[in-house]
Amino acid sequence: MPAFDVVELGPADHPDPGAEAPDFTRPLVTDEFWEDRTLSRLVSETDGPTVLVFTPMTGSFLATYVWDELAERNWDDRAGRVVGVTASTPYGIKRYLDDNGYPFAFFADPSNRVAASYGVDHDLDGMTGISEPRVAFFALDDDRTVEGAWVATDWPDFPDYDALESELGLE
Amino acid sequence: MAIDTGDDTFTRPFPVQAAMSETGEPPITFYRLQGCPYCERVTRLLNEYDLAYRSRFVEPMHSDRDVVKRVAGVRTVPVVVDENTGVTMAESANIADYLEATYGAGDRPDAAAASAGGDA
Repeated sequence: MPAFDVVELGPADHPDPGAEAPDFTRPLVTDEFWEDRTLSRLVSETDGPTVLVFTPMTGSFLATYVWDELAERNWDDRAGRVVGVTASTPYGIKRYLDDNGYPFAFFADPSNRVAASYGVDHDLDGMTGISEPRVAFFALDDDRTVEGAWVATDWPDFPDYDALESELGLE
Repeated sequence: MAIDTGDDTFTRPFPVQAAMSETGEPPITFYRLQGCPYCERVTRLLNEYDLAYRSRFVEPMHSDRDVVKRVAGVRTVPVVVDENTGVTMAESANIADYLEATYGAGDRPDAAAASAGGDA
C-alpha cells in the first residue's frame, strides 16, 4: 500500500484536437501591467501556435514545477506564444512573474470560469469555495482550433514533457 | 462539452464607438490604478465622450510602475496615450482638459465644476 495518495481526477470533458477552443476575455497579466485581452484576437495576432497552459494557483508547487520546466525548456522561443491561465488575482500573478522571472504572461481568472469552460476545473478539498484549473495544455492555431492537448487525470500529475512538446507541435 | 455562457465577459464585444487603430485595438490606452479617484474621473470622461479605450492596470507602488515611467516620463497615474492625436498625457486635470478640448461638445454645463486634479 502506497504511503501517499495521488488523487484520481478522472477524465476531463475538454476540447479535443480538431475542436474549436472556447473564446474568453480576461485580464492578461505581464510583469508590468494587466489589461483585458480576448483569446480569439490574441491567437489571430500570433505567428505560430498559441499554447494555453492551465495550472493550479500561483504559489502552489504544482504551478511552479510546470513553469520552471517551461522556462527551462525555453518554450517562450519555441511556440508563437505561451500563455498561462490560473485562478489567481492579477496582483498575485504579477508578483509571481516578478519573483520567478518567467518570460510568460498569464490570464487572471479568479472565478475559474475559463477552466470550467475548457472542462479542466477542479474544486479544492479543504479550501471551501475555491476552484482552480488542473494542469492542462492546449495548442491552438490562429482560429482557435485545438491542434494538440494534454490534460492531467491525477492530482498531482505532470506530463512527459518530451512527448508533450511533440503533441503540441513545438519546434 | 458544456460551455459556461453565463458570464457576459465571454461574449461582450469591445466598444466600437471610436475608430480602431490598424492593430484593431482602441486608439486610447489608459494607464490606471484600481480604485484611484483621479483615474475614475478619467474613466468617467472617456465614457462620457463615448471613447473606446484599453485599460492597463498598474500597481500601487510607484517603484513598480516602470511601464508608466517609460511611456510618460512619470510614475503617476492616470496617464492617457491617444494614438488619434499622438498625445501622451499625465495628471488628471490636464487629461480632463485635453479630452474636453479634443472630444467635448463645446460648452458643457459640467465643465466649470471640474475640480483641480491630482494624482495617486
